[in-house]
Amino acid sequence: MTRHLLLVGTPKGAFILEGDTARTSWSLRGPLCEGWPIHDLSFDLSSGAILAAGGSPWYGPAVFRSEDLGSTWTHSSEGLTYGDDGPKIPTLWNVTAAHGSIWAGAEPAGLFRSDDDGSTWSHVSGLRDHPSCPGWEPGAGGLICHTIVPHPTDPARMWVAISAVGTFATEDAGATWEARNRGVVACFAPDQHPETGQCVHKLVMAAGEPDSFYQQNHCGVYRSSDAGLNWQDISAGLVSEFGFVMGAHPRDPATGWVIPLTHPEEGRLAPDGALAVWRTRDRGASWERHGDGLPKRDAYVAVLREALAVDRLDPVGVFFGTSTGQLYGSTDEGVSWSLIADHLPPIWGVEAVVLD
Amino acid sequence: MATIVLPRSLIALFPAAPRRYEVEAATVAEAIDRLDELAPGMRNRLLDSGPVVREHIKVFVDQVPATLATPLQPDSTLHIIPAVSGG
Repeated sequence: MTRHLLLVGTPKGAFILEGDTARTSWSLRGPLCEGWPIHDLSFDLSSGAILAAGGSPWYGPAVFRSEDLGSTWTHSSEGLTYGDDGPKIPTLWNVTAAHGSIWAGAEPAGLFRSDDDGSTWSHVSGLRDHPSCPGWEPGAGGLICHTIVPHPTDPARMWVAISAVGTFATEDAGATWEARNRGVVACFAPDQHPETGQCVHKLVMAAGEPDSFYQQNHCGVYRSSDAGLNWQDISAGLVSEFGFVMGAHPRDPATGWVIPLTHPEEGRLAPDGALAVWRTRDRGASWERHGDGLPKRDAYVAVLREALAVDRLDPVGVFFGTSTGQLYGSTDEGVSWSLIADHLPPIWGVEAVVLD
Repeated sequence: MATIVLPRSLIALFPAAPRRYEVEAATVAEAIDRLDELAPGMRNRLLDSGPVVREHIKVFVDQVPATLATPLQPDSTLHIIPAVSGG
């Protein structure tokens, strides 16, 4: 029997929702992970474990792991350090399993790897060895490595995204990294075309095309067809260039979703208080606005970096959580929406899992 | 043996751990090492790189604010307390 799970990260712990076959009725469990602030949850297909990344203001960063779909958890931060002389790590922003390893993105920005299911971690120092690292400056959300995109078949290739720094890629399993920001504008900086310093908010890979990417950036929505070497602005037609989330269709490389917000100096909220998801089906050449079932007025909310997810069903389910604790879902690929849960803490992360 | 009193929120992370421990330790740092032997991973929860006690964790020896280097007497009581903060 197919099971549908939504994994939700909040500043007051993780929550798990389980849906019925139609994905219209959901039951809620939580708060989990002892109420720790959890930025991101993911599902490790190879082991069947749920992973949760975050950090407690008291007890530091950790990756939580559950092998029974959230009933019991273990946690570890063994090795999550830049060394006694390095900067302290308050929290983690991403956890991603791939090719038998687990990867974690940290604040301040850096990457860690575990080869023993998250029991111990080692610093992937090559990323912070990039010559631009001494000049990395935090954005409003912090200096955070919030996105990790592994290549689907080649363990040596990976992309990461760091707010206010940009996109980086490795082709040697993390030993060395290259900035991949050409064509992305740093609209807030005196030099608007630096090698690094672009504020990427979310990076996603197009389905079946490992060299095709989309990103929602502080300064626009972009696409790349050459593994991030060059980017083209595809913001035309959107109500705003600014937003945080970006979702990619699991089978159609031309389809993606964003949720535009007002200008970063004008609140970063749903424009005119009307919440809407915008979809492209032609790689960003055009955009459709979809607000059916979403608040049409007085909704002054945001949707943050990790807070949109898609499942792999047909039609695709699209889910997102708001900064004011509402969780919305669509089972028709983002056209119409319904409220799944309300009164949650501010939602930081959403992940959709389908278990056969 | 010094007595260590742990906070509820820390015990929640280590379900087999009791609230109070009796340990042989000459300093706060040694006491935390003993804790980690009894509940692996607890040292990471209490100490940041340096090592130093995490910013929002406070330790008291016989009710006096302490550091990792503070000595313990055989009849000392070490309280480990999360800072009063939140929202």
